[in-house]
Amino acid sequence: MAENKHKLLEVKGLTMDFGGLRAVDSVTLEVYEGDIAALIGPNGAGKTTFFNCITGIYNPSKGDILLHPKGLKTRRLNGLKPNKVTEMGLARTFQNIRLFPDMTVLENVMIGRHCRTNSGIFKAIIRSKSVRDEEQQIVESSYHLLEKVGLADFANEFSKNLPYGAQRRLEIARAMATDPFLLLLDEPAAGMNPQETSDLEQLICKISAEEQIAILLIEHDMKLVMNISDPIYVMEYGKKIAEGSPEEIKDNPKVVEAYLGEETE
Amino acid sequence: MLKNFKQSILVSLWFVFLTFPLLAVRVNTMDQVVVWRWMNMLWVAIGAFVLSYLWRYMLARQQVRKQVADEGGETRSKTQLLLEDMSFRYKAMGVILLAALVFPLVFDTYQSTIMISALIYVVLGLGLNITVGLAGLLDLGFVAFFGVGAYTYALLNHHFDLGFWITLPIGGILGCLFGVILGFPILRLRGDYLAIVTLGFGMIFKVVMENWDALSFGPSGIANIDKPSFFGMDLSLADSTIYIYYIMIAMVIFTILVTTRLRNSRIGRAWIAMREDEIACVAMGIDIARTKLSAYALGAFWAGMVGVLFASKTTFINPASFTFMESAIILSIVVLGGMGSILGVILGAFLLILLPEYMRAFSEYRMLAFGAAMVLMMIFRPQGIISNLRQTYKYKGSKEKINNG
Amino acid sequence: MEYFLQLFFGGLTRGSIYALIALGYTMVYGIIQLINFAHGEIYMIGAFVALIVAGVCTIYGLSGVSILILAGVIAIIYSCAYGYTLEKVAYRPLRGAPRLSPLISAIGMSIFLQNYVLLAQTPDFLPFPRLIPDFDFMEPVAHIIGSPELVILITTVVTMILLTLLIKKTRVGKAMRATQQDMNMARLVGVNVDRIISLTFIIGSALAAIGGVLVASYIGQVNFYIGFLAGVKAFTAAVLGGIGSIPGAVLGGLVLGWAESFAAGYISSDYEDVFTFGLLVLILILRPAGILGKSHKQKV
Repeated sequence: MAENKHKLLEVKGLTMDFGGLRAVDSVTLEVYEGDIAALIGPNGAGKTTFFNCITGIYNPSKGDILLHPKGLKTRRLNGLKPNKVTEMGLARTFQNIRLFPDMTVLENVMIGRHCRTNSGIFKAIIRSKSVRDEEQQIVESSYHLLEKVGLADFANEFSKNLPYGAQRRLEIARAMATDPFLLLLDEPAAGMNPQETSDLEQLICKISAEEQIAILLIEHDMKLVMNISDPIYVMEYGKKIAEGSPEEIKDNPKVVEAYLGEETE
Repeated sequence: MLKNFKQSILVSLWFVFLTFPLLAVRVNTMDQVVVWRWMNMLWVAIGAFVLSYLWRYMLARQQVRKQVADEGGETRSKTQLLLEDMSFRYKAMGVILLAALVFPLVFDTYQSTIMISALIYVVLGLGLNITVGLAGLLDLGFVAFFGVGAYTYALLNHHFDLGFWITLPIGGILGCLFGVILGFPILRLRGDYLAIVTLGFGMIFKVVMENWDALSFGPSGIANIDKPSFFGMDLSLADSTIYIYYIMIAMVIFTILVTTRLRNSRIGRAWIAMREDEIACVAMGIDIARTKLSAYALGAFWAGMVGVLFASKTTFINPASFTFMESAIILSIVVLGGMGSILGVILGAFLLILLPEYMRAFSEYRMLAFGAAMVLMMIFRPQGIISNLRQTYKYKGSKEKINNG
Repeated sequence: MEYFLQLFFGGLTRGSIYALIALGYTMVYGIIQLINFAHGEIYMIGAFVALIVAGVCTIYGLSGVSILILAGVIAIIYSCAYGYTLEKVAYRPLRGAPRLSPLISAIGMSIFLQNYVLLAQTPDFLPFPRLIPDFDFMEPVAHIIGSPELVILITTVVTMILLTLLIKKTRVGKAMRATQQDMNMARLVGVNVDRIISLTFIIGSALAAIGGVLVASYIGQVNFYIGFLAGVKAFTAAVLGGIGSIPGAVLGGLVLGWAESFAAGYISSDYEDVFTFGLLVLILILRPAGILGKSHKQKV
């Protein structure tokens, strides 16, 4: 069924070495338009490192990261700075929440609009009509995003005062403000209670359906992953050990072993 | 109760021990006598005893406040709430402006001169506030930009007879330029390396000015710099002071206006975001290098500009005016006032410059107090005297909008 | 050739002092990632205390080597006490605060201590007694390297060896290395992290005091400001060698000492400080991790 869908992200043989340690070992992965793909695996499997390579925080040792934006020519992301990657249309959230604590919730989202707007220093000083219009448009669209993730009531709170689950949702809103066509979520459900997780599940589905944003997520919550993701990629010790639909993954002996191995410690 | 008492006694004894050789003994090697100053020890003992109680009390209070904040309680003080009220702000600004305008007419030249220095520090503080307060880049060599401005005017005036008004923007732009030149090599550095390199830059500036006689006339400095001209008229000393005072007021207003606009702009938000979390900031598509450079350049701009005014006010400059201590004073203004808070920085400048001026008896304790205040502020009130106010925005469906429409 | 040797040994002496102070920066930075700006002041206080002790002793009739030892020991004790108190008052309450806070607190403490000494003693330079005697056996080479230089070199080498033994061989040293690697993990395995941090400050302060006493009796005068510049330069040395690395601090100190000595000797002594900072900026651009430092990937 994937045949006629547009391929957005193509990672080929991605390898990341830290000194002698190979954290990611020739991983190949693809994300198609409309996908909610998941990357799972035991702790320390190299999932977050993989994300960091794609988003430009690390420069991978080997392999290709190719982005195929719709209607634009293909871009190779290797070695690009994180801000360039975001400009290309690939946004992310962080495993250990990285909000701007002393900015309000709304301002956090407004930061996401930065790379899609362009008033410079002089314009900011003169504050002409066009600048004020742009500012207002930033505010409106950010507020709109807050409504979408259900944080509109907290718009003027400092983000550090938000409850944990809300902070995670704010990170998603902030990432969405950069107008991505692919969103990388690093353990969005970590630390959430079941109610919050189920809200999050709906939110992710909504983003995928309504905004035409493809999603690649790292997650440990198997219920969430099995409910919404297809395809699922499994990593262990830096290597990709399996990929496929939830049913295929569930029955894959390698995956079972990787997880059971972890549980028995 | 008894435990606290015992602890305070111990602290007191400890500090007596600690300060003993330096505070109690003074060796006069010329006359071969030792002066014992036992009274000092008594003061230290009493002081340390009282302060240790205060210290514990303050720490406990801070703990309570942190708890309140964690439980989502109101942590803003009454002043803060008052300051967030726009109508109050406008009224207060009107009163202050009026007072500022009549000040030189009411008070004598001496008072105006003091006020001018305070205003110079306001502009310096607001400039550094962009770099340190908003963008979070610690700059310990800020005074160098001030020096660049001052020397720009002094040299252009000396060699080419250029006037104050022409040089004013040139000084600002040169300050800016130096900001960028300094900014480039250190873009990749982490916060604490940045501090030490900027400190080095400030020192290099002073050393070069002291030794490059052909350019700067060395330690003897440059004298007879023209005061600002007023349509070609020769002003008396008193009139000229008043004139400079009004120029300074205008410059402060201009600075406040521009820095406020910058802070509330797209660029300003990027600065704050960078201060809060650089990695998240870059992941949001913000070009860190450009944002850092702009913060350096715009901070330095004000220092360069006000440097021109400083040279024209004193009519004499030499490298001794641009020491690390000046950078430290400007930094303490920003830290004590409240990093990022424009109102706080203004208040901080007045407090730190006027207080030692009017309390002459204590002026030798000035730097001691600044140093201690920096430490205490970081521990007990990191947000400064006046913390950064929360910015609220109007959007469709919000209450403000309904009220206004 | 003789001039070259003079500069060489001058640089070596200077460099070993930088190294002594740089060790304090590097050890503290290694453990709590803080530039202890007030470290130079600890060094200055060490020199001052030694001066006072030596002055009092001279007036009360002691003489010679006994003064040197007494002054040195008391200076070390006091520097340690100051270093310990400094950490407890200015840094410990700020653990876990944003990075800028302890740094500003450190700068404040540096200004405070400078002015404290200025007010408690004097703003002027005080003559420091020559505590190191001229040895007869140094006579033939005295035009290249004097007795004070020799004493400084020997003391530095001995101190370094003791420090290395302390860190490599003892239980405390092991705990320090563990804390440096991963503070939380060290805490979990039962290391008293607060005590280790205090201890790091104390050791660093002792090294600074040794440097202070040596320098003061070498140069012959002290004032409240000597710590600041020495501190900045020693920090430069620490960065040069790779901050957090103990051999790096020593190497950085020596490189800096030589660079300054040769630059001042062959180019111009007016711009000595410019060379230092030029070197610092250059190193930070070309190799931010320093000569021996390892670059750390920031965890995201």
